[in-house]
Amino acid sequence: MSNVGVPAPERPLESRDAERPVARAIVAGHGDFASGLVSAVDVITGRGAQLIPVAVPGLCAEDIEQLIRDRMQESGVKVIFTDLQAGSCTMAARRILRGMSDAVLIAGANLPTLLDFVFSEQLPPIDAAKHAAERGRAAITVLGPAGK
Amino acid sequence: MAIVLYRIDDRLIHGQVVVGWGQPLDIRFIVLIDDEVASSEWEQELYRMGVPPEMEVHFLSIADAETQLARYRADARRGILLTGDIESMRRLVDAGGVSSVNLGGIHHRAGRTQRLRYIFLSSDEESALRELAARGVAVSAQDVPGARPVPLDDLLAGVAS
Repeated sequence: MSNVGVPAPERPLESRDAERPVARAIVAGHGDFASGLVSAVDVITGRGAQLIPVAVPGLCAEDIEQLIRDRMQESGVKVIFTDLQAGSCTMAARRILRGMSDAVLIAGANLPTLLDFVFSEQLPPIDAAKHAAERGRAAITVLGPAGK
Repeated sequence: MAIVLYRIDDRLIHGQVVVGWGQPLDIRFIVLIDDEVASSEWEQELYRMGVPPEMEVHFLSIADAETQLARYRADARRGILLTGDIESMRRLVDAGGVSSVNLGGIHHRAGRTQRLRYIFLSSDEESALRELAARGVAVSAQDVPGARPVPLDDLLAGVAS
């Protein structure tokens, strides 16, 4: 796999917690989606280090798959959050998870999803991810004339 | 002609195609030309799940595409044709009916040189594109509709970035 087009390996963001939490999930998506969301999670909770942001500029589908696979193997995480169901990170993650019964992909993740996930440390990561997905879905609200 | 974009993109169906081009062009179907995907139900399901319900996806091998594109061109709706590489598109050009080709994403591999953020080409691939252009096909690079199209001459002359 080539590293051309790949930014320097992204380190987990500094946490304000005295003990650095162990990484529990990968966040991957278009542009700076992953680092932006992980940054937001850290600003709000200090728990951003639970999430490994992955960006994929300039990579072909095979290299995206390999990059995410490498990050999973390095960290041992079994949870992947992505931005868009049609996105190439989602496609790559689905290929990686094919045949794996102990890993989960949440496509369409948003900030409320990740906030719920990092506060669900008492749950196994896959259960926490499923719970977070429901919270993220429910957190979308319409305000103003079209809403309440 | 109902196929409004002939695109080479090694990521095939992904966000730029479905959302970036699909929404502003009101795309209602995608014809994905790829031998591996055409022979795999699992791969087809993977790509189908990435598109909204109002958008159809048709999967064809290159050989089938050479003879069956007429019916998609006759479709009253607007569609995008996708190949994952230059050679597949060249064969469709040979079969006729392709007047312009969009280079949407040809990413890094060993032996390729970067031309744009999303375009990397080997010397053989550059020659193949020049050949398409010499035959009258308008070749340009443009990842999303809002980006400036980069004509092939500019792309290969290195004045595009």
